[in-house]
Amino acid sequence: MSDLEMAATTELGARPGEVPPAAGGTPPPKTRSLAGDAWYDLRRNWIFWVAAALVVLVVLMAVAPGLFSSADPTACNTRRQYAGPSGGAILGYDFQGCDVFSRTVHGARASVLVGLFAVLLTGVIGLVFGMLAGYFGGWLDALLSRVIDVVLGIPLLLAAIVLSKRLAADRSGSGIVSVVIVLGILGWTTAARVMRSSVLAARSQDYVAAARMLGAGPLRIMWRHILPNALAPFIVVLTIALGTFIATEATLSFLNIGLRPPAISWGIDIATAGKHVREAAMPLIAPSLFLTLTVLAFIMLGDAIRDAFDPKLRR
Amino acid sequence: MPVMPEPILRVENAVKHYPINRGLLLPKKVGAVKAVDGVSFELRPGETLGLVGESGCGKSTLAKLLMRLETPTAGRAYLKGHDLFRMRAGDLRRLRRSMQMVMQDPYTSLNPRMTVADIVGEPFDIHPEAAPKGNRDMAVRELLEQVGLGPEHANRYPHQFSGGQRQRIGIARALALRPEVIICDEPVSALDVSVQAQVVNLLERLQDELGLAYIFIAHDLSVVRHISDRIAVMYLGRIVETGTADQVYLRPTHPYTQALLSAVPVPDPTARARRQIIRLSGDVPSPADPPSGCRFRTRCWKAQPRCASEEPPLSQRAVDPHPSACHYAELHQVIA
Amino acid sequence: MTYQQYPHPTHGYPASGESQTAPVVAGWGDDRSASWDTPTAAWTTAPSRARVERPTSGEHLLDVRDLRVEFDTRDGVARVVNGISFHVDPGETLAILGESGSGKSVTAQAVLGILDTPPAVVRGGQVLYGGEDLLTMAPERRRQVRGQEIAMVFQDALSALNPVYPVGWQITEALRSRRGIAKADAKRRAVELMDLVRIPAAAQRVDDYPHQFSGGMRQRVMIAMALAMRPKLLIADEPTTALDVTVQAQIMDLLATLRAELEMALILITHDLGVVADVADRITVMYAGRVVEQADVHTLYGAPAHPYTRGLLASVPRLERRGQGLHSISGTPPNPIAIPQGCAFHPRCPYAQQMCRITEPTLLRIGRLDRASACHFPPEALDARHA
Repeated sequence: MSDLEMAATTELGARPGEVPPAAGGTPPPKTRSLAGDAWYDLRRNWIFWVAAALVVLVVLMAVAPGLFSSADPTACNTRRQYAGPSGGAILGYDFQGCDVFSRTVHGARASVLVGLFAVLLTGVIGLVFGMLAGYFGGWLDALLSRVIDVVLGIPLLLAAIVLSKRLAADRSGSGIVSVVIVLGILGWTTAARVMRSSVLAARSQDYVAAARMLGAGPLRIMWRHILPNALAPFIVVLTIALGTFIATEATLSFLNIGLRPPAISWGIDIATAGKHVREAAMPLIAPSLFLTLTVLAFIMLGDAIRDAFDPKLRR
Repeated sequence: MPVMPEPILRVENAVKHYPINRGLLLPKKVGAVKAVDGVSFELRPGETLGLVGESGCGKSTLAKLLMRLETPTAGRAYLKGHDLFRMRAGDLRRLRRSMQMVMQDPYTSLNPRMTVADIVGEPFDIHPEAAPKGNRDMAVRELLEQVGLGPEHANRYPHQFSGGQRQRIGIARALALRPEVIICDEPVSALDVSVQAQVVNLLERLQDELGLAYIFIAHDLSVVRHISDRIAVMYLGRIVETGTADQVYLRPTHPYTQALLSAVPVPDPTARARRQIIRLSGDVPSPADPPSGCRFRTRCWKAQPRCASEEPPLSQRAVDPHPSACHYAELHQVIA
Repeated sequence: MTYQQYPHPTHGYPASGESQTAPVVAGWGDDRSASWDTPTAAWTTAPSRARVERPTSGEHLLDVRDLRVEFDTRDGVARVVNGISFHVDPGETLAILGESGSGKSVTAQAVLGILDTPPAVVRGGQVLYGGEDLLTMAPERRRQVRGQEIAMVFQDALSALNPVYPVGWQITEALRSRRGIAKADAKRRAVELMDLVRIPAAAQRVDDYPHQFSGGMRQRVMIAMALAMRPKLLIADEPTTALDVTVQAQIMDLLATLRAELEMALILITHDLGVVADVADRITVMYAGRVVEQADVHTLYGAPAHPYTRGLLASVPRLERRGQGLHSISGTPPNPIAIPQGCAFHPRCPYAQQMCRITEPTLLRIGRLDRASACHFPPEALDARHA
């Protein structure tokens, strides 16, 4: 027997949100939803603010790179090869004489686009599969578990190589579509599992039984009662996945099976600069640093949101 | 005594067995947990039937069967003449308007992401044909008022309320469709003593105003005594004794009822000396493997060989004119 | 009637620094438990619950004075225990009665030193055990007292027992770690302890795991565990709330019998007025982290001197009568974050006056020693005036 169990049984800990009734002279309760509670926690978390600031910065770069650098990232001139910082090019020039800072800023767009669409795809697949498997269970659930096992068995690199060569529609383009599809097809399993387990937890709640007793159909129960209560961990997983997708995109591009020039991507720039790192380090350092910070920002954001939503960590 | 009205709910031999399966690939049924094993009773309009028994006696499973949250294994349950147990989804949906349930735990029975107005108004969304003509908000406000909550509560979330208030919200939701029967499954056992009385009084007032019939399930025999007209005592999936509240409480003839009543703590220290507690040995046997014959015999101090071989029927006994399932039913007054 | 400040007995405590190791209990068990293992029940009267004679010195076994505990929460500071004073004498049964949020469990946890800090903070007061303050004594000594002389039984036996160890092993864990007894001895002692708490076939079940026991039996295992060091004080926090009525009666009987057999003091923390009436000698009623009434059990039930106690007693449905609507206390217990000013009970009190909204009533002695109420207008006085 330990302090932990005692803590669980303290009268205070049992009902954290309990508020006295308006009747009886006590002050009226503060109106705050569960999301409001989470927001209250988030506001006090400095990690959240750092992560959020970084995310906003990266998204801003992706949407409006012109705000940060007026130079054209494709206006390269080999005569400026490895030139030092000058004028707007605060980080100097690379092997091909391109503005390093401008290229790094413009590289954010590819990363954010790939991350967002991959997350959208995994989110939709994971939500539908997880919800159906969790709600209906039985053979559907068993089938889903096998499908997940199969998907987990597919090596990422192999799938990326095969798909980038096969997708005719994307062959001429920058390769974004095939990268998104690879990430989406291979990345949804975690999201589906998380969704499934939180649907299972929500489904056994009394309020779901109450809705069934009122005669509510499966769609209404899933939409009104289960989804809102199962969404928080799912969103956390997707936020973290966004960071890892961006990192994976860079890896694939680095290996030449992701995005292709003329697309501007941190992965491509890292690959190119890596070959010439002895001549100049900045063209390698800048995109690497931005990539690392971006990935870190999304993962920290996911962690902060999880902490805010997880009632077990609440005091 | 006035003529007995027709029962609004008649349950005949309700059975719920949960299969116990073994084997991973081809699961084989190796047994069954006999949660409810042949229960029959009637409920008349406007009356309260108290269902008492210890955990595992099947009283909550019975409630779930009647609400069709679980599929019954056998038996019939006629609600206003229609068999609940053999009803297709569409008809069942309509019939649900006549019978609703108030659940035990006010902390988990309300969706934390919905406002009180949405929770209480949801029955109208599901049964648009039963929704009041005109303003839905008005109807919600009236329901809240009926259970003692104000219109200012409508836009708040469940976690902003105390346990007693949440139970009131649950009651308002159950009332929305104007049912004739409400099953109350341990409706006050999660509440503080000082709040329990408020909710019990509310349930009684609503019964008077709306002519509701209650099935009141509880393990607290004092609360059941207070609210019930008739009582059924359950043990291991069966009813062992039933009758009017006075018959069961004042003239119990089944040894289990007597033991149960004697064990209830009495809030009166002067009763210590004269109280006689019948101490039952051991625990309730597993419902997967109930004793042969009389199910209570393993804990009964009167058990005879006959009790192991012959199951006592729930029938009127000579000692007192109410049904009791004991071969050796005798009167023993437990409550002073 | 005159009121005076409820006095704290001021007596010198003899220094008792050296550890008072309880005598090794020999021979408890078999003979005493024989009558309990009979397969069928018998008609019996409740066991004698006569109180052990009070020591003449007047020294209390446990004397809690003005204890204050706060919790830091997201919504502000929850003042859960606001100056609680009570005492227990050797061999007596004190019931601490209160609803959820009254601070009764937190009080027990503070006494045992098992509060989670943070969020809990002990803001003040003394917990005197044999004259020594548990809150300020050296950690080594405190561990000794709390492990050996004060023990606790929890409400939820399932989560309080470790599922991966046999019960016998858990029962004697303290004996092995603190007394260093041998393995074989430990097992024999575990069987003895299980016999003591009337677990049938103890020798066969000593190596079973918690999930193999029923709820009532698990609660017995936990009691055996608490008794292993032969404590002088046993604190039972809602020991029967999760149990069925018939099992509840068994456990309460067991506690009462063991208390008498082992001559320990028992603090029973509960919300159940019925259980209290059955076993307690004295009662401390708590509301919003304060003591609102203290009295011996007969006086409290016979003539409650606080409107809260009175309302509580009236709102309990009785087995023996079918009432016409229960008396109920309006409103709900206050949130410890926003305890009403003045008397914490005033918003729910039918007798509340202007004074109650402003001034917090102190716990005042009424008539005899050992009977006190924290009310500006004790119902007794009110009744006398209206009569």
